Formats: sequence, C-alpha cells, structure tokens
Amino acid sequence: MKLSEVKELLNAEVYAGADRLDTEVCEACGSDLMSDVLAFVKDRALLLTGLQNLQVLRTAEMMDIEVVVFVRGKVPTQDIIDFAAAHKMVIMTTELPMYVSCGILYSNGLQSRRAGVRLG
Amino acid sequence: MDNAIKLHYNVDGEDFTLAGTTSATVKKYLKTLGLPPDVIRRTAIAMYEAEINMVIHADGGVIDVEITPEKIHIVLKDRGPGIPDVEKAMQEGYSTASNEIRELGFGAGMGLPNIKTCSDEMKVDTVIGEGTTMDLVINIK
Ligand SMILES: Nc1ncnc2c1ncn2[C@@H]1O[C@H](COP(=O)(O)OP(=O)(O)O)[C@@H](O)[C@H]1O
Ligand SMILES: [Mg+2]
Repeated sequence: MKLSEVKELLNAEVYAGADRLDTEVCEACGSDLMSDVLAFVKDRALLLTGLQNLQVLRTAEMMDIEVVVFVRGKVPTQDIIDFAAAHKMVIMTTELPMYVSCGILYSNGLQSRRAGVRLG
Repeated sequence: MDNAIKLHYNVDGEDFTLAGTTSATVKKYLKTLGLPPDVIRRTAIAMYEAEINMVIHADGGVIDVEITPEKIHIVLKDRGPGIPDVEKAMQEGYSTASNEIRELGFGAGMGLPNIKTCSDEMKVDTVIGEGTTMDLVINIK
C-alpha cells in the first residue's frame, strides 16, 4: 500500500516526509510497547502507536522502520519532527484511535506477514 | 587480532531521552562497513535493549565494541545495583521497571530474552551493589 493511501484512509496529517508519500509499505504493526516492536516486527514495516516520545523514533530507526503513524490525534513535538526529517522518516497523525486505524488499514489490504501465516 | 576495529562509548545514565544514541551510532557505522543486514539488525536490537537497560535499571556505564571479520563483540559495563536473580530476569515479562518507564514504552520485560534471541553468545556477570557486565557476541557468517 502506498503511503498516500494510508494518509487518505486514516485522514492523516503528515508532519515529516511529505515528499515520500509514494513509498510502498507491505506490513504494519500497532503497538505502544517498544520492546514488542523490537521483538516481533520485521523490517520496513509501518508502525502505528499511541505513544509519542523520541524513543519511539529511535526504536523505529533501529528497526529500519521508516513510517510512524501517531494515533488519537497526537501532534508531534518539534524534536520529533526534526528527528524524523533528519532520519528520512515519514510521520503522520490521525485522529482515529489505534483499534480503528489498524482495522481500516488491515481491511484495505495492509496485512501483516505474521497474520498471513495459515494456522493449523 | 590486529585488524580489529575497537570503539568505546560512555553512556549517560541521567537522561532517558538520550538512551539508545550509542546503539544508533554503532548501527550507522556497521552499515558503512557493508555487513550483512541480518548481522546489523541483530546487533542493533541486542545493543539497543542492553543500552536502554543500562540507563533505566543502572546508572549508565561504558560500552566497548570490537569488530573483527568473524564477529561483533559488545561489552556493556554499568555501575548499577546488579541483578539479584539473572534466571528470573531472563524470563519474558519479568520487569522491575517503574511506571514512568512503562509509560515511555519500555519495561515490558522483553529486553533480556530478545537480547538472547538476537545474539550468538550472551554472558551476564553481575555483582549486587557493584554493577552488571553484559558480554554479547554476534557472529558474522
Ligand atoms: N543493567 C541492569 N542492571 C540492573 N538490573 C537489570 C539490568 N538489566 C536488566 N535488569 C533487570 O532485569 C529485568 C528484566 O530486564 P528486561 O528483560 O530488559 O526487561 P525490562 O527492561 O523491560 O524491565 C529488569 O526489569 C531489571 O530488574
Ligand atoms: Mg529492558
């Protein structure tokens, strides 16, 4: 899914990386626990989170995550925008809560590789 | 080994917003060496979790990284309280982190188990009241 479509589906505001909305993502993860992100996310996923601090972006940097979506209307502070710009990340904010945001992206085809594994 | 690359860093224990900057620096450096992505990724994750631990559970410390053609060797040494029961600390979900740290997204008790998963060798040397030394090896295959 292209980031421009993510932005549209979530009615999101882009705060960094507006020139890179033609980037494709094929996997996403929604979490407020950075250690879970570090343990379970494959690279280059899109991260949705309700947390907002520099450690979120640093965690993203360590995981080669280039796109972070802040849910529930959390507008990023300037240090976060600067970090994102310096590290060529795309950040956006949606008013929607986590559950709804994940549901919209999932049902529009952005599914996680893990969930794609057939059980049984 | 004479063609080893040796890096040394001090980690500030005061400022959580800076936690992880050393790991980020090392990760960038490893990329410039053109190492396999999997090696860079495992090193970055293990080192980052260990560095965060140094800051949130100890009082900062020093990190030494040695890179040879065969492996990446990381030694993290802190002056913290030590770990009373390492076996317990290694269990998923075990954490003594404060609520303040949890609100920042850490303290889920997943760090040490993930460090173990990401590294090829992991040694924890800890003395109560003196500190903890974590010795990690990531093989370059
Ligand atoms: N460097 C350290 N110094 C003292 N205690 C530590 C250190 N690293 C880990 N611990 C202890 O081990 C526990 C588990 O660590 P970890 O798995 O990283 O989980 P978390 O950091 O989320 O609590 C910590 O809660 C802490 O009690
Ligand atoms: Mg930890």
